[in-house]
Amino acid sequence: MTINTEMKVRVTEIRQVADKVKRFRFERAGGGPMPVFSGGAHVIVSMRDGKALRRNPYSLMSSPEDTKGYEISVLRVENSRGGSAFLHEKLKEGDELVLSQPVNLFPFDQRGKKHIMMAGGIGITPFIAMMEQMERGGKAFELYYAVRTRSHGAYWKELQQRYGAHRVKIYCDAEKLFIPVGKILANQPLGTHLYVCGPAGMINGVLGKASELGWPRQNLHAEEFLAPPPGKAFQVRLAKSNRAIDVAPHQSILEALEANGVDAPYLCRGGACGQCETGVVSCDGGLEHNDHFLEPDEKASGKKIMICVSRITGNAVTLDL
Amino acid sequence: MNITFRNETFRDDYTFRNSPGAIRRFPFPFHEDKYMYSVNMEPHVPAGPDGHAYNKPIDVDEHYLAEMDDRAKVLKEDPLRYQALPHMMAAQWDTLELLMEAQAAGYPGHFTLEKNGDQWRWINRPMGIDQAFTFGDASTLPMEPLEFITRQAQGDFVIVDQRDGQLWCDAGMVTTQADWSLDFDIGMNFHEWHGPVPLAHEIGVFDRALKFLLNLQQGKPVRRLNWTMTINPRLDTSPENYHKWGPDRATVTPENVGDKVHLRCELQSLWRLPRSNAILFVIRCYLIKMEELVTVPKWARRFHRVLRGLPPELVDYKGLTRYRPTTVEWLSKFDDGLPTSPGIYPE
Repeated sequence: MTINTEMKVRVTEIRQVADKVKRFRFERAGGGPMPVFSGGAHVIVSMRDGKALRRNPYSLMSSPEDTKGYEISVLRVENSRGGSAFLHEKLKEGDELVLSQPVNLFPFDQRGKKHIMMAGGIGITPFIAMMEQMERGGKAFELYYAVRTRSHGAYWKELQQRYGAHRVKIYCDAEKLFIPVGKILANQPLGTHLYVCGPAGMINGVLGKASELGWPRQNLHAEEFLAPPPGKAFQVRLAKSNRAIDVAPHQSILEALEANGVDAPYLCRGGACGQCETGVVSCDGGLEHNDHFLEPDEKASGKKIMICVSRITGNAVTLDL
Repeated sequence: MNITFRNETFRDDYTFRNSPGAIRRFPFPFHEDKYMYSVNMEPHVPAGPDGHAYNKPIDVDEHYLAEMDDRAKVLKEDPLRYQALPHMMAAQWDTLELLMEAQAAGYPGHFTLEKNGDQWRWINRPMGIDQAFTFGDASTLPMEPLEFITRQAQGDFVIVDQRDGQLWCDAGMVTTQADWSLDFDIGMNFHEWHGPVPLAHEIGVFDRALKFLLNLQQGKPVRRLNWTMTINPRLDTSPENYHKWGPDRATVTPENVGDKVHLRCELQSLWRLPRSNAILFVIRCYLIKMEELVTVPKWARRFHRVLRGLPPELVDYKGLTRYRPTTVEWLSKFDDGLPTSPGIYPE
């Protein structure tokens, strides 16, 4: 028996907040409060787009104590698989959607004496909720926020006004201003925690610098949601239920299973949480691991796959499902 | 419907008893005629026949006042049964909210919670408490929020923080424990505090359980049952007080099994907390005397078979060695060899 805790919500506000970035506010379709959440949490937004059911994770950016509604911000990506295009171009105020319960794979460490956040572009969103919670709890924090141009950067003005320019610093690519990562990380008090959210290159750069400077691994935190990368079409065979399902080039294995009525477990849909780990019985071709969850030796073993983001290069894979 | 609370003790003269209704609602932990460790977790949703301990997410029963009185006595002798590390304050408030909401919703005749923004009022009629406070401001309560609410809720409570792919035992109220110590375990991670458990490590139970719990979701609590046995209805079977209850295990005779020997069941529920992202671990202890247990023929047959076939490592670990043979012999009179029906509920 499972509990269905999904929440039916109505879109109560859509606002363009920067170039290619829109903010969406959701409130319960039937009224009533949303659950409190913790800064850094995300929800899975389920969208009915014509025949397709799209499910994408988005970080919550509203105040964690605001139980009247949730807010997310979405960047319209160039080669959208459908989610951001649907949200930007088709979704209207008054429409209904389904949200999952909040899940936090990027919480701040409650023991931290000080919290340093580094955001790149749309990676700002989890930090907005985190800062709200840290401010309420009287925690020391600083935000370093890199944007392409000032018009591309969402929320930087509001955040500077709210928390002060001494705690919120903006770096603009177009003005040749970059976060001085080495300088910031070289001199921090013991017990400081570092959080990075942005493109993979930025995360790797910042965490690499921190390790180089001797930061303990436990004090480093990052979140990057991967969209499932496209690839060639292939077939998934299910060993236990004896079925064969086709995976299209722009579909993940998980999405193909869902489209065929197979209920597979998931939480983040971005290769981070481990919930959708699935056994590989055999594979005709190579496994293309795109997740952050499996250890290198597990990836090399060829016995496991995270079906939310990973695929194969060959014709068919048989899963323990 | 309001509960009639019993006036009874869990020490000295041991006047604890279960009413016939309390026997029927007991969370009997064996779904088949044998027992081995497993990751036996299921969604913590209302279940069971009317009145069963599974009916409500936080169960209050006829032993409420006596248990709260016993907890107060334990804390008076040993204040370290309650501890919370400083970073657990958000989780303390999460827990206070969860327990107040669940008790008020489940037992509106006994408990009321009024919320007006962050101005809250909590009324606990059985204990005569009427407390107004500011949610989030610990200075408006007579003690820390976790201690305040867990002095008014049955069961032990442990809050585990989630960091670095591990769970850490960082706060708790533990006065009704089956021989483990919060003071010893505080600050430990999941594998450390389960260190002493035999067999389960080898079959990978803890690795699987940890993986499962790290992804425990808000709004989807889970539960499992655990069990041991206790001589005399003593809630506080702590290592700190071993000298007070350990020797009781040598006092079991064929004549007193029915009254002295108790099956001790823990209904454990686990909850993802919203503000702190920590996990609340509720360990609710239920006791039942052998003479009460055998009034349910299915349980009498099954417990006889479980106890008779228990692996020796578990007999030792659970501390049953001295009185198990006497108890099995006594129970055998109630086992006619007939098959038992599946599931834990009485027939």
